[in-house]
Amino acid sequence: MIAERREQGEVPAAALRCIAVVPAHNEERTVASVVAEIKSFDPHFEVVVIDDGSTDGTAEAARHAGAEVVSLPYNLGIGGAVQTGLQYAHKNGFDIAVQVDGDAQHDPLEIPKILGPILEGKAELVVGSRFLGEGEYEPPLSRLLGIKVLSRVVSLLVGKRITDTTSGFRALNRQAISLFAADYPHDYPEVEATVLVFRHRLRLVEVPVHMRLRGAGTSSITFWRSAYYMLKVMLALFVGLFRRYPTPQEGP
Amino acid sequence: MSPFRVSIVAAVAALVLLVVIFELIRSRRLQERYAMLWLLTGLVILVLGLWRGLLSRIANLVGIAYPPSALFVLAALFILLLLLHYSTVISKLSDQNRMLAQRLALLETRVRREDSDSSGK
Repeated sequence: MIAERREQGEVPAAALRCIAVVPAHNEERTVASVVAEIKSFDPHFEVVVIDDGSTDGTAEAARHAGAEVVSLPYNLGIGGAVQTGLQYAHKNGFDIAVQVDGDAQHDPLEIPKILGPILEGKAELVVGSRFLGEGEYEPPLSRLLGIKVLSRVVSLLVGKRITDTTSGFRALNRQAISLFAADYPHDYPEVEATVLVFRHRLRLVEVPVHMRLRGAGTSSITFWRSAYYMLKVMLALFVGLFRRYPTPQEGP
Repeated sequence: MSPFRVSIVAAVAALVLLVVIFELIRSRRLQERYAMLWLLTGLVILVLGLWRGLLSRIANLVGIAYPPSALFVLAALFILLLLLHYSTVISKLSDQNRMLAQRLALLETRVRREDSDSSGK
C-alpha cells in the first residue's frame, strides 16, 4: 500500500527506500570506513557491499561495519560486481540506489548532490563528475588523455556534453536500476552504460563532485591495459550503435 | 587466376569474415573481449590481400624463398595464438565452474540443515 501511495507521489522523499551499493575488491583497509561514513551520513540507507572475490578481509570488515555483504565466488570485475548490487536493489524493491566505490575515493557527504536531480524527478541516472569545476583531481597524463578521448566520443554519441565517463559515483532511480539489473556492460562499464542510458531514452545528469585520494591500494589500470580497454570500449560503443533498444517501462 | 583477382577474392573473404564477426557481436553471441583477436585476424587477411608486396617483404625478411609459404606460416601462427588463448579461457572457466559447484553444494547443505532444524522444533 505504501508502494502504491509512493508511486502516486504522496509519500515524501524521506520515505523512499535507499540503498548504497559498494563494490569492493581487496579493500579491507577502506571498506569499513566507507560503510560507516554512509551509515553516519544517513542511518536509513541500507548498505550492501559486493565483495568481488576478495582474497583479504574485505567481507568481514564490511560485515562488522554493519553492511549487508554479498560475496561473489570469484572476481567478476567491476561491471559484474555493480550489476550484482543493482540486482539486489531491484529484487528487494529499492527506490533509489547510490553507487559508492569501496576504496574511499568518493565522499559520502556528497551523496545529497547526486541524489538531488533524482528526488526532483529530473533524471533517472545522476553521475558525480570530477571534471565539472569543483574537483582538483589531476590524473596522470596518459589517463587524462584516455578520459578526454572517451568523453569526446561519448558526448558525440549521445548528443550532450558528458565530462566524466568513468566515474563510479552515481545515483539511480527505479527505472535505471531495473535497466542495469538486466543489462550492464563488462570491464569499463561506466562508459558503455552512459550511452546505454541514452539509447533507452533515460535522462542522465552530471553534477560536480570532489575526488579524494585513494585510501589504500593502487589503481589496477596500467598503460597497456588501458590501451587495450580503450580499443575494446570503442568497439563496444561502435557495435552498440547498431543494436535496437527498447524503452523500459516503470517497473513494479 | 591473375594476382589481381586473387587480391580481390582474399579481400572479399576478409570482409565477409569481418561482417560475420560484427554481426555476432551485435547479436550478443560474441563478447567484445573474444572478438578482438578475430578482428585482428580479419584485418591482417584484408591487409595482406590488398597489399601484395607486404607478403614478399615479410617472406624476404624471415628468409622464406616462396612468399605463399610465409602466408601459411603466418596463418598457422594466428591459429596457434587463438588456440592458446582459448586454452587459457577454458582453464579459467573450469576453475570458476568448480568454485560455483562447491559454493552451491555447501549452500545446499546449509539450507537443508536449517530446514531440518526448524522443522524438528
